[in-house]
Amino acid sequence: MLRYVFRRLLTAIPTLFVIVTISFFLIRVAPGGPFNQERGLNPVIKANLERQFGLDQPLWMQYLHYLNNLLHGNFGPSYNLPDFTVAELFKVGLPVSIQVGASALILALIIGTILGVIAALRQNKGADYAVIATATAGSTVPTFVIAPIYQLIFATTLALVPVATWGGGALVNKIGPIVTLALPQIAIVARLMRGSMIEALRSHHIRTARALGLSDWSIIVKHALRGALLPIVSYSGPAAAALLTGSIIVETIFQIPGVGRYFVEAALNRDYTLVMGTVVVIALFTILFNLIVDILYAAVDPRVRYD
Amino acid sequence: MTDITTTQTPFVGRSLWADALARLKANKAAMFSLIYLALMAIACVFGPYFVSHPYTTIYPDYVRTPPSLSAYPQAEMIDTALKDAVRRMRVDLEEWHEQDERIFVTISSPKQIDERVTRYLDRSDTFDNTRIESKSADGLKLTMSATVAKEHFYFGTDNTGRDLLSRVLMGGRISLAIGLLAGCVAVCIGVLYGATAGFMGGKTDEIMMRIVDILYSLPFIFFVIMLVVFFGRNFVLMFLAVGAVLWLDMARIVRGQALSIRRQEYVQAAEALGVSSGGILLRHIVPNLLGPVVIYMTLLVPQVIILESFLSFLGLGVQEPMTSWGVLISQGAKNIGSANWLLLYPAFFLVSTLFALNFIGDGLRDALDPKDR
Amino acid sequence: MAGNENILSVENLKVRFHTLDGVVEAVKGINMYVKPGETVAVVGESGSGKSQTMMAAMRLLASNGEATGTIAYRGANLLTLTKSELNEVRGRKITMIFQEPMTSLDPLYTIGNQLMEPIMRHRKVGAEEARKEAVKVLKLVRIPEPERRMKSYPYEMSGGQRQRVMIAMAIANDPDLLIADEPTTALDVTIQAEILNLMADLRKRLGMSMIFITHDLNIVRRIADRVYVMKLGEVVEEGETRAIFANPKHPYTKALLAAEPTGHKEPVPKTAPTMLDGTDMRVTFKIGGGFLAGDPIYLKAVDRVSVKLRRGQTIGIVGESGSGKSTLARALLRMVPSEGAIHFDGRNIEKFDTQQMRPLRKQLQIVFQDPFGSLSPRLTSGQIVTEGLLVHEPSITSKERDRRAAQAFVEVGLDPANRNRYPHEFSGGQRQRIAIARAIILKPKVVVLDEPTSALDRQVQKQIVDLLRDLQQAHNLSYLFISHDLAVVRAMADHIMVMKDGRMVEQGSPEEIFDHPHEEYTKRLMAAAFADHAVAGA
Repeated sequence: MLRYVFRRLLTAIPTLFVIVTISFFLIRVAPGGPFNQERGLNPVIKANLERQFGLDQPLWMQYLHYLNNLLHGNFGPSYNLPDFTVAELFKVGLPVSIQVGASALILALIIGTILGVIAALRQNKGADYAVIATATAGSTVPTFVIAPIYQLIFATTLALVPVATWGGGALVNKIGPIVTLALPQIAIVARLMRGSMIEALRSHHIRTARALGLSDWSIIVKHALRGALLPIVSYSGPAAAALLTGSIIVETIFQIPGVGRYFVEAALNRDYTLVMGTVVVIALFTILFNLIVDILYAAVDPRVRYD
Repeated sequence: MTDITTTQTPFVGRSLWADALARLKANKAAMFSLIYLALMAIACVFGPYFVSHPYTTIYPDYVRTPPSLSAYPQAEMIDTALKDAVRRMRVDLEEWHEQDERIFVTISSPKQIDERVTRYLDRSDTFDNTRIESKSADGLKLTMSATVAKEHFYFGTDNTGRDLLSRVLMGGRISLAIGLLAGCVAVCIGVLYGATAGFMGGKTDEIMMRIVDILYSLPFIFFVIMLVVFFGRNFVLMFLAVGAVLWLDMARIVRGQALSIRRQEYVQAAEALGVSSGGILLRHIVPNLLGPVVIYMTLLVPQVIILESFLSFLGLGVQEPMTSWGVLISQGAKNIGSANWLLLYPAFFLVSTLFALNFIGDGLRDALDPKDR
Repeated sequence: MAGNENILSVENLKVRFHTLDGVVEAVKGINMYVKPGETVAVVGESGSGKSQTMMAAMRLLASNGEATGTIAYRGANLLTLTKSELNEVRGRKITMIFQEPMTSLDPLYTIGNQLMEPIMRHRKVGAEEARKEAVKVLKLVRIPEPERRMKSYPYEMSGGQRQRVMIAMAIANDPDLLIADEPTTALDVTIQAEILNLMADLRKRLGMSMIFITHDLNIVRRIADRVYVMKLGEVVEEGETRAIFANPKHPYTKALLAAEPTGHKEPVPKTAPTMLDGTDMRVTFKIGGGFLAGDPIYLKAVDRVSVKLRRGQTIGIVGESGSGKSTLARALLRMVPSEGAIHFDGRNIEKFDTQQMRPLRKQLQIVFQDPFGSLSPRLTSGQIVTEGLLVHEPSITSKERDRRAAQAFVEVGLDPANRNRYPHEFSGGQRQRIAIARAIILKPKVVVLDEPTSALDRQVQKQIVDLLRDLQQAHNLSYLFISHDLAVVRAMADHIMVMKDGRMVEQGSPEEIFDHPHEEYTKRLMAAAFADHAVAGA
């Protein structure tokens, strides 16, 4: 198993390398630069700034330089937030994004699984249709509609929560973002779960368990649910990577100081190092969670072996 | 054997397509959605020509006017506008009343009233065609009448006083067009790429899918933002590009299908008959691929619409004064405290369209792949 | 034993399914009974309702199914018991095993875990005692090394072993009645025989009753005391096995009994020209391998097999699944890469590529096993049949093609008026006729028949065999007939090759192979397939 993990991490290196390379050159061939935005910037000062950050060197030199830094764990300074290094920005923002994202993911997995199982057990009955309707709604209404409507109802009309403040992360401020992030996920998980549970309940080994007179609990939980969870496990890997690295929409609407916002801002401002830092962090999360998913998969399904 | 004639009319078979169509017709939600979507498309394409307010026209008198079925200006607004105008005339308002779609205003002043004061009324957006009705002999009292420009703002107006109805319809036109455009681009690229990989198999397939894997692991948003940066203001080009990013899923689905169809015995049978690769692709693989492609396409269009709205929401999409549902929702979200209709109307249009598309997608899936039920 | 009281009695049982096309009645008011210690066979072809009857008894019908009438176990109507009462009977007093050994066990739990669960539930014993019991029943079903097997997962076992585990689970609680739904159909013939022997033995030893659902009359003859013959949801005949086989009354039973393929084929003269000649054929599959995936495994699917097919000859290739018989045939048609010289009509085609093979395809045709998978679902049957003409006679008009299609339809016994219909509108047997028409329309010289009758009911099988025979005579065709069904092969072939694990074990005339086999494996195969005839004849 350890050998497998090691091998997987090893194969992640070329992937990461390709991602970094593509992103580096993509952002660099885009017109504009980090210091073009400020109008009327003295050309001399601009040249100085560019020299200071090594932007006057040939592109391939900069690329090698960046790779070298990256290998030493150095993400470089942020060009547009000159007081911070990219690493510092992540140190502050990432915990916030992870906290909100992880809460939403856990909430979604629990509620989604329960809803999905209920729907599957009551297939084509009232409860099933209710779950399907909820799931359809949840996965159809985009976040940027859910979030303002949440604010309209709970903040503006009912005045139960503040409109859009982080306030050091008080629970009441977190409800909105977590719910907004979780709703679509709940919908997806419930749908997946319903489908895989229905399939599991139809499978031959469940028929065997019924014929042996086993209890409903054993049939549903022990024999059907365990196998039916596999698609959810697969899904939760990429979902976790996406949620934990922050959502642009939710962080913008609810004014959350996470890392989700960095991406758009940095890309628009040509804050090269920050963009690259975000790309690397997202890629790392994706690789890590895919690995975790595969390990979990092997834990659930004995047929999957890694050695 | 030669006596067999082909003149006897053969039975007409029911193809799987005919079966699927029958099943789709029986699906009420899907049929209703189809009609709804058609009406929505017609409204968005032709609607703006029938709404009396162009989507760019600004009505300074009607900033953030709430939606209403009755015509503006309402009585108290006439009153306000009138008082405003009368104040500028430096006279006193005696009395006003409405009659035969004209208002009659009586003003008085300690001094002689100049008849040219009527132009103050004409200058206001609210009144037109002012004329003198009567003037007292001493010239201190004057009655004039004017028509009131009746305006209907069924969906209200936005922050700058533009009609929300025409903006929502205009936005729908953009959103739907973009969804269809980028969806088609994505499907075309995805089908070509996936079918090639799946049909060629072996090393070619391995390399082609490796490329897809790498593109997959790039953060999608990064890609989109880069495209926005490159193509900037030209949204047609931009969404061709967005479509060119969204083909990855399609390619995977099509490849998987093509691989499994290729293993089917009917394809082997065709190979045993000596049918060429092209013939197999055309006669066997493509017709059997069409189902999943159609289903995926209906699910892709809402994805693109959401993506466009998302970009517009971030300010990266369509630029003012052109608009889209995403732009409108973004503006609505900023005004939920004071003008919630700015959020609610575009949100309703977007969400109901997405629902309709989803129901059609589900219906098509059930119709084309009935064993899933 | 409680005298002659029935263990199970079924009265006026009706099973209905609510489908999109309306209500379908699968079982139409049948009566049945089972006495203690008795083995009852329920025979019928697919769609006869035999399985649904038993599923109703176990209350395992699909959610759209509904059963009325009574199915009484020692007087208690199973159809009206509450769920908890029912679960005191299911798995304890009445148990059931199924047709699909590969999927009937939960893949995520060990054999031991799955065996212990019903023991603990029904006998209310602790884990330790259940363990001991489980090992005991594993021994009873003759699983080698039962202690070690307790820790195995289903995927680590073969189909035959899994079916033994299923049987172990079914008998673990010493039931009164075991219902077996085609328990051997999915297994190879030698394994089938072992499982049947085991079940007969266990029934005697445990003194339980058994209901055996099957379409295979050989099994009935071998194992059952009494028989119910079902057709389209009704019991058409019932009685003692011996009586029914000796003197069937209902025409359907008569037809079933007569459905065994009969006849045999005279060998072709030695002077007949050789059509297809493969020498030392080898096919190797590479499994796994690639970047960081370890060394690939090479599997010899066909290992030095030579075939010589003469004009008008039928070579039967028999063997169990995985013996390489289909691969050999596909290699001879150059549909899988192979080594070894192949001569067709005197030319060496070993190195021919797709382009060079194309003109030859007209003369080398193949008919597949699965009549549902081998016809493209989106083309009409007429389009399917004429596809080859588009390639090989592209110059003929569409009218002429249509005429040829109609002619081919008539030749395979189908109404040509059906040629605009789609494959899903035909029955399995009709679809196989379409597949045959597709091959015949090109006027080939050699046709490979890859299990062409295996997916069909016995009666339809017989018709297809007759059709193939007629076509052979009419067109002087050479057949390569691949099958695991020895009865069909005996009726069709004039030369037989026995394959096992990619090698040819033995070959010779049908008389030599069937009546005087030399090799150990061939003897086992024959014993498994035909032993029951001897039993019944005795």
